[in-house]
Amino acid sequence: MELKSKLPSGPIETAWDRTRQELKLVNPSNKRKYSVIMVGSGLAGASGAATLAELGYQVKCFCYQDSPRRAHSISAQGGINGAKNYQNDGDSVWRLFYDTVKGGDFRAREANVHRLAEVSVNIIDQCVAQGVPFAREYGGTLANRSFGGAQVSRTFYARGQTGQQLLLGAYQSLERQIGIGAVQMYPRTEMLDVIVADGAARGIVTRDMVTGKIESHLADVVILATGGYANVFYLSTNAKGCNTTAIWRAHRRGAAFANPCYTQIHPTCIPVTGDHQSKLTLMSQSLRNDGRIWVPLKKGDKRPPGQIPENERDYYLERKYPSYGNLAPRDISSRAAKQCCDEGRGVGPTGLGVYLDFADAIGRLGENVIRERYGNLFEMYERITDENPYKIPMRIFPASHYVMGGLWVDYNLMSTIPGLHVLGEANFSDHGANRLGASALMQGLADGYFVIPYTIGDYLVNAKVKKIDASHPEVKKAEAEVTGRVKRLLSINGKRTPDSLHKELGKVIWEKCGMGRNAAGLKEALQRIPAIREEFWKNLKVLGSGDDLNVSLEKAGRVADFMEMAELLCIDALERDESCGAHFREEHQTPDGEALRNDEKFCHVAAWEWAGEGKTPILHKEPLTFESLHLTQRSYK
Amino acid sequence: MLNLTLKVWRQKGPKDAGQMVTYPAPGISPDMSFLEMLDVVNERMMEKDEEPIAFDHDCREGICGSCGTVVNGIAHGPRSATTACQLHMRSFKDGDTITVEPWRAKPFPVLKDLIVDRSAYDRIIAAGGFVSVNTGGCPDGNSLPIPKENAELSMDAAACIGCGACAAACPNASAMLFVSAKVSQLALLPQGQPERRDRVLKMVAQMDAEGFGGCTNIGECESACPKEIKLENIARLNRDFLVATVTKRPVTASQGGGA
Ligand SMILES: Cc1cc2nc3c(=O)[nH]c(=O)nc-3n(C[C@H](O)[C@H](O)[C@H](O)COP(=O)(O)OP(=O)(O)OC[C@H]3O[C@@H](n4cnc5c(N)ncnc54)[C@H](O)[C@@H]3O)c2cc1C
Ligand code: FES
Repeated sequence: MELKSKLPSGPIETAWDRTRQELKLVNPSNKRKYSVIMVGSGLAGASGAATLAELGYQVKCFCYQDSPRRAHSISAQGGINGAKNYQNDGDSVWRLFYDTVKGGDFRAREANVHRLAEVSVNIIDQCVAQGVPFAREYGGTLANRSFGGAQVSRTFYARGQTGQQLLLGAYQSLERQIGIGAVQMYPRTEMLDVIVADGAARGIVTRDMVTGKIESHLADVVILATGGYANVFYLSTNAKGCNTTAIWRAHRRGAAFANPCYTQIHPTCIPVTGDHQSKLTLMSQSLRNDGRIWVPLKKGDKRPPGQIPENERDYYLERKYPSYGNLAPRDISSRAAKQCCDEGRGVGPTGLGVYLDFADAIGRLGENVIRERYGNLFEMYERITDENPYKIPMRIFPASHYVMGGLWVDYNLMSTIPGLHVLGEANFSDHGANRLGASALMQGLADGYFVIPYTIGDYLVNAKVKKIDASHPEVKKAEAEVTGRVKRLLSINGKRTPDSLHKELGKVIWEKCGMGRNAAGLKEALQRIPAIREEFWKNLKVLGSGDDLNVSLEKAGRVADFMEMAELLCIDALERDESCGAHFREEHQTPDGEALRNDEKFCHVAAWEWAGEGKTPILHKEPLTFESLHLTQRSYK
Repeated sequence: MLNLTLKVWRQKGPKDAGQMVTYPAPGISPDMSFLEMLDVVNERMMEKDEEPIAFDHDCREGICGSCGTVVNGIAHGPRSATTACQLHMRSFKDGDTITVEPWRAKPFPVLKDLIVDRSAYDRIIAAGGFVSVNTGGCPDGNSLPIPKENAELSMDAAACIGCGACAAACPNASAMLFVSAKVSQLALLPQGQPERRDRVLKMVAQMDAEGFGGCTNIGECESACPKEIKLENIARLNRDFLVATVTKRPVTASQGGGA
């Protein structure tokens, strides 16, 4: 396997422009002769599918929910970055580029990030034109808020429902194309394999989640925009259906998996209440604009928060990181919270929590202003915890939230399988070892609206793909494998439910490969995961049949793939013997507990090649070079 | 801990008749969400080799619009402005019997147990619930100032999650609250003006073609709506519809696919 990153050379400021000029174009009347499969209808998938259809390609789009509007992107709360400098506070494309590379702890490609920062301004214009109701100032102009890891206000938002509004904008564009027949939409249809024929991705095998029918779809090019794998932890802030199946199956067919160990733990989520917990709820990072995070100074101080006087509180982020304070990046804030709890200063019934306190902001601005800014989040918090955050500080704790790792792609967003492109959270491209807030929405839409529409034509013109039909042996083979796997899941007849096995796996990953990792723990996880996987295949119970709507069967298929993916996650975490961004190897820290990189040995992307069942995956390294920025130790002090 | 009894609608498939089945649900923590309670009941059922109750869900944060069941006769259950996934068991008392049913509206056929087909809503959006702009070449975001008040009202309407509770709660199975939310969101913004009349006509035509009933101002939709979408939106739609009908030739439902 060779990693051809196709990164442009020359000055970074003009690299994307020059690339666009060099990319081949498909003549307008020829576009309709090409067919595109888009798996996923989140921000990346919906924006990509709609745009490609507008350009004239024949598009088929797939999602597992009953409607493309329900993709996980819908739940993003806080906002989307755009280097507009509307606030006149010193922002620029360069600064967004710099913040993102630094936030990612110098483990992302400069050229990708610069392109992302450039198109961020077009994204805002696009969404406004679609009628996305962004927050506005009294004068009618767009409002901004600040977000973690930046000292400028560049985050655009629609109350606490930014993801919803951006997704609905993209969804409406998609529905418009569906309405005129330019996109064929397949909701409640799960992709279970990629078809690679004659050296290129030519289609997918799907299961109709209502009728159980297994079918193949063929096209000239396949795009995956299937989101992230944070549910490998079982408990996460992701929607319940988020899975790794699409990218894992592609990995098994030859797509390199990059940096699987870069997983992000979000500092502000509602703490776990018990074993029944099925998911965790994020309290948007935007709350840290006005909320102050603290724990009691003394260990085991069980007094209610209101009775702990100011001088017995530790506002630990403000203390440790005076210039960023409560807006320190996520990886840093999460670890700081864990540290307080490890010291016995955690709050709430389980001791796994810290306070996020709005008393000062309410005193300064009044309850109404706070309600206007965060009302829906406060309501959500109250519904879940039965506590009123206007009166009692919120309790929060870190939770698995996002993954920077994903399928390796070149600058044109193509994986190591020719013709298989990957967008959004499913790829590894832009965030390095840690993603800054409000940057995932930006990346998903950048990929879908402004990158793939240019790069796909170049692939189609150069690849000159020949038509294939359903009788191709690779199509038959992939279909037979999917059918076989579904049958196998149904025929084990053991005693354990998919959820119970998923929980067991998730616990190991959270404990051994979560916020802090070390060699001994990772080695232990690598012993335990195969055992859980064996138990899965021996003792799984899935009731019902494969010929109709079967929720347990769907779950079981996804858990099966997490069981394999989890192992690669730990292998990568063990191999990366340094700390960087969200990947914190306890062996490598500065004297005051910050991540300590090892640029000499690890300034590269780790791209793993599938070697076959039961075989150790093969590591390929793509070196990262920094020409525009200097590699420095991140500091938010 | 709560000891409850559930009466749940079980229906094997779209053509099956379906029936209410009673299940004991002992030892339920008040901190569980309604869907977590169903998870617990399902895990116990599977241990006894009974097929779990199928229900739609995804985000479990009240934003994706996937979940939706009629709890004790009320769409999304007793707590106002709350989706089923955000309803917590502390809203119930020890010893309660709780009925759980799917949305009941003809345009939402039951697929299995509590899962219904809501693709009609997508087809209504496909008929006209958008601004026709292609990607690229849009003017600067600040070139079009929008009064804050309009932006806020537009956002109020845009908060709709498309869950279907409005049509399920309406005795006429009308989808007016859903349709009017999208019509209002775009009518309140300058971007929505060029297609304002066309949009309302096409969306209403599609709504009728899907078999949703007419609105007779009962208001059940508003009280069932987990996102507090207001009846005002229906009034706004009606005004726009009237203006559009007298100034434009009527259009028929689009043939588009939708999903
Ligand atoms: C609670 C929360 C809040 C967040 N807030 C922010 C924020 O404020 N700002 C920000 O920038 N980012 C935020 N993020 C991150 C951001 O929302 C996601 O990274 C981003 O939306 C992912 O978009 P996507 O298009 O790549 O994937 P998704 O939106 O996850 O879409 C995946 C799509 O793929 C489909 N799919 C998946 N698997 C299959 C399969 N096997 N077969 C068929 N279809 C499949 C799904 O149906 C879906 O349509 C947040 C994330 C969470 C969890
Ligand atoms: S599961 Fe998403 S709204 Fe309830």
